[in-house]
Amino acid sequence: MNAPINPSRRHSYFEATARNRVAAVLDAGSFTEFLPPEASQPSPHLAVLDIPGAFDDGVIVGSAALGGQPVLVIAQEGQFMGGAVGEIHGAKIVGLLRRAMAEKPAAVILMVDSGGVRLHEANAGLIAISEIMRAVLDTRAAGVPVLALVGGSCGAFGGMGIVSRLCSAIVMSEEGRLALSGPEVIETVAGVEEFDSKDRALVWRVTGGKQRYLTGDCAELVEDDAAAFRQGAIDVLAGWTEPAPSSATLRAEQDRLTSRRQRFAGMRDGLEVWAALGVPDPRQIPIMDRDSLVALRKGLPA
Amino acid sequence: MENLEFRFNAQPARPAAGAALCGVVGSGNLEILIRPGDEADACTVSVKTSARGFGKIWEAVIADFASRHPVGGTRIAINDMGATPAVVTLRLGQALGDYTGGAQ
Repeated sequence: MNAPINPSRRHSYFEATARNRVAAVLDAGSFTEFLPPEASQPSPHLAVLDIPGAFDDGVIVGSAALGGQPVLVIAQEGQFMGGAVGEIHGAKIVGLLRRAMAEKPAAVILMVDSGGVRLHEANAGLIAISEIMRAVLDTRAAGVPVLALVGGSCGAFGGMGIVSRLCSAIVMSEEGRLALSGPEVIETVAGVEEFDSKDRALVWRVTGGKQRYLTGDCAELVEDDAAAFRQGAIDVLAGWTEPAPSSATLRAEQDRLTSRRQRFAGMRDGLEVWAALGVPDPRQIPIMDRDSLVALRKGLPA
Repeated sequence: MENLEFRFNAQPARPAAGAALCGVVGSGNLEILIRPGDEADACTVSVKTSARGFGKIWEAVIADFASRHPVGGTRIAINDMGATPAVVTLRLGQALGDYTGGAQ
């Protein structure tokens, strides 16, 4: 990642389908799909609502290698119903995580691209999300790191935003977004004065990859390039040891989040947060390239 | 949603894979799954589409494709979210290419 990427060689992760991402991020030819489209089943809930389903219900699961290490893989398809989690979609993710607990691969790679629960499936979707959360924590407790990659067009919102933060670490691009309630949800509930979801620059200053990197929510910031995500994932996993769950660690994290919430209370824009973090000229952040931003973060006061 | 079923006579395909999937069920797009069928010289197609009332156009687009490509012995399943005829033809070609390993 140190060498500048030739733009003509770049394969946008943001634009790619889930299947293209799986092919480009993992070791070439190493992927074996579990429950491939011909063996999977479209959502029965969507059929009842007279909506065409997808054979794989919008998520691909399987085994592969990453940098020669065995991994299990989950990739959500953001173009199908916003990557939303329905009953079968969720069951495939949970099943894969349970397999990881038994097989103990080097890691689980979770390519998140989702607005959260598939509201068409109501309770089944909500239960699926809670089962995924439990399964991510159980997988980590079994000593298997779960690495979230966030750089798709739907970002990581709602329940999948929570799931992403439950993972061991997140690799993110500037284009990726990570939050709980999505911008349109906030605007619908609290009004445009609270949050203008049409203001794309504001949305990215609040939820985008650069903001998440500066506040420490993602471990690694990468270019919008499948090869950069691949290298970012390899770098984060190199020498990663999944910490044993302990209440002391949880309390320390809780304290960190509480003090962060107090520190940034009342701020309405990433620009204010960056100024509080000690960034000399916050207005430069949105136009900075990835390498300059990484260098800038290294120089910020702890 | 509308369910459409078609059957066309066609020259036998020579599969290189057990099944092939192409495309995504996204706006203006569709996914096509090709699997082995029961009759060597016929192709069956089932379409689930979000756009109602386009059965005749589907039939014409797929009949044209089946007349120009060896797709016999296949069962094609389509989930559609409003793809245009040009996109349907493009994806059929891509899916058949994957199914036959590029030899059409």
